[in-house]
Amino acid sequence: MSNSVKEVLFGPIFSDNPIGLQILGICSALAVTTQMSVALVMCIALTLVTAFSNLFISLIRNQIPSSIRIIVQMTIIASLVIVVDQILGAVAYDISKQLTVFVGLIITNCIVMGRAEAFAMQNPPGISFLDGLGNGLGYSVVLMAVAIIRELIGSGSLMGIEILPLVTNGGWYVPTGMMLLPPSAFFIIGLLIWALRSWKSEQIEEPEYEIGGHTALSRAM
Amino acid sequence: MFEYYLSLFLKAVFIENMALVFFLGMCTFIAISKKIETAIGLGIAVIVVQAITVPVNNLIFVYLLQDGALAWAGLPDVDLSFLGYLSYIGVIAAIVQIMEMFLDKYVPALYNALGVFLPLITVNCAILGASLFMVNRDYNFGESVVYGVGAGVGWALAIVTLAGIREKLKYSDVPAGLRGLGITFITVGLMSLGFMSFGGISL
Amino acid sequence: MSDATYDKDSIKNVVMVALGVCFVCAIIVSMAAVQLKPLQVANKELDRNKNILIAAGLFKPDVTQISEIDTLFEQFTVKVVDLQEKRFLTMTEVIDAGIDVKKYDQRKAAKDPSQSIELGQQRDIASISRRARYSVAYLLENDGQVDRIVLPVHGYGLWSTLYGFIALEGDGNTVAGITFYEQKETAGLGGEVDNPAWKGLWPGKLIYANDKVAFEVTKGPVDPKSSRAQYQVDGLSGATLTSRGVQNLIAFWMGEDGFGPILKNLQG
Repeated sequence: MSNSVKEVLFGPIFSDNPIGLQILGICSALAVTTQMSVALVMCIALTLVTAFSNLFISLIRNQIPSSIRIIVQMTIIASLVIVVDQILGAVAYDISKQLTVFVGLIITNCIVMGRAEAFAMQNPPGISFLDGLGNGLGYSVVLMAVAIIRELIGSGSLMGIEILPLVTNGGWYVPTGMMLLPPSAFFIIGLLIWALRSWKSEQIEEPEYEIGGHTALSRAM
Repeated sequence: MFEYYLSLFLKAVFIENMALVFFLGMCTFIAISKKIETAIGLGIAVIVVQAITVPVNNLIFVYLLQDGALAWAGLPDVDLSFLGYLSYIGVIAAIVQIMEMFLDKYVPALYNALGVFLPLITVNCAILGASLFMVNRDYNFGESVVYGVGAGVGWALAIVTLAGIREKLKYSDVPAGLRGLGITFITVGLMSLGFMSFGGISL
Repeated sequence: MSDATYDKDSIKNVVMVALGVCFVCAIIVSMAAVQLKPLQVANKELDRNKNILIAAGLFKPDVTQISEIDTLFEQFTVKVVDLQEKRFLTMTEVIDAGIDVKKYDQRKAAKDPSQSIELGQQRDIASISRRARYSVAYLLENDGQVDRIVLPVHGYGLWSTLYGFIALEGDGNTVAGITFYEQKETAGLGGEVDNPAWKGLWPGKLIYANDKVAFEVTKGPVDPKSSRAQYQVDGLSGATLTSRGVQNLIAFWMGEDGFGPILKNLQG
């Protein structure tokens, strides 16, 4: 079970991306990506929670009885999220207002629970922490990519700084309002997955249904 | 009054659909929507859990956790709202567990049909999300019940619809890179777009 | 742990781990909450005060510093308005009613049947369904004369309820400023209610004519030559319903069921 640090840390970014391949953690990915600054805070929050929950769970992995395993993991994760939420309300009030309930939803974010079960329960603390960081990074890459596209095309800005002057502010760019609406996030991720799988073709899924030959024709032959 | 609850219900089902507008419960939404029967089973389970957990969490928030809630116990200055996340997820896990035991004993057919989905519901963001929105918007008990049922129905509606579409998509010639996950996302995006047309309905 | 007889599934261990985890988590969480609470409360208040200052025209984004908010806000006198009895409450009455002006949440009070009334379709111009009994007004006074009064307003737009502050001059009729600090309207269309360029059209406009609310948000641009121009603000293009929502919420809160009566007293 000894994984190299590089593999654990960087694997989840492209070859084993939590969102792109493992289908984990999508929920919050979509709702918070209309602005880069908000998405960035979400990424940092999730990465920290995943890394530290992996660390703490791994520290006591040999003591946790199997009957209360899930609850113990959830308690640790929930406590970390509460701490993060409290800190956000104290130092980044404006952004926490925009994140509203999505910080709390990190608790049920499949990435955190998924890695706790799949990795932290079987591996020593050091590497578990790095695994948490790695998956957090993979998640962040996708989230920030979506956020960059949505904010640039939808509001003409990046991190709140105007890049494409809007017509409402006397410029030339008519923003594509659709980018700020929910459906666009789905489309963007769909297209990103397409791009990712065209690059790393081993991630392509097998077709569920193969159209067979023309039976009447083959019978006639 | 009835109109208000009806509009709250319709808002939760269509205009603020948990899955298609707030993207909650996506993991199971995408993973379990390959067949209609399983989607229906999961949908019903979600409705029941939502209908129970949102009002229960509302009671806990109003009478135990919020600022000044403990006045009945003689502690009016105590604000335990920061324990919210822990309590809500605990309640959800407990209720799902109880429901599992109840179904196993009294309705074994349904228990077997749902199989592994019941425990999966605990970590479904939509369930916790509904409780968090309820707190965020300060709903009272009546509103919580209506909202809980509505949110569940909305999510169930979305997943069954997606399952129906995906069963047909099986036979389509999808580009290799889009196969499976990719085309599902695009489909969900189109569904989300469709649901937006419900906005602006006023009762 | 190399103890060969250690059984992690034993009852004793289950209880120990459960209690241990609860205890540690509880301490960490409580410590964080208690330590950070003052900062969070301060942030919330700062945010609200900033919005009041923006409405009153005393806070210019990019110019005024965040650190100046507290000093600027100190100039305001905070008064509680009784919307039912249509007057300001005296200090004693405020204390008797148990209202803490810093913590009073009008939104929450509006849902509490003991602190609010249902409006009924006829009166509910702003589509808010309920109205709280008390509201908080912020006055800028100079030698006993009211220079500016800032009032909280809210009403339904197209997708969401808009929450904002409107500031009026001492005559209780001329608009000094407006700001919407919370809304979920369509970005780029209705969402432009928070665009400084649009908000900049408001100062100087009049609300009342002949004792009735005459203020309008027009469809399309205002005709500057019209005699009604002083009561009108350009509508937002592509956002008819949101603009109408704004007009309605002003009509409600400046009318008989809102702050109309106390503003009349200011004028008189």
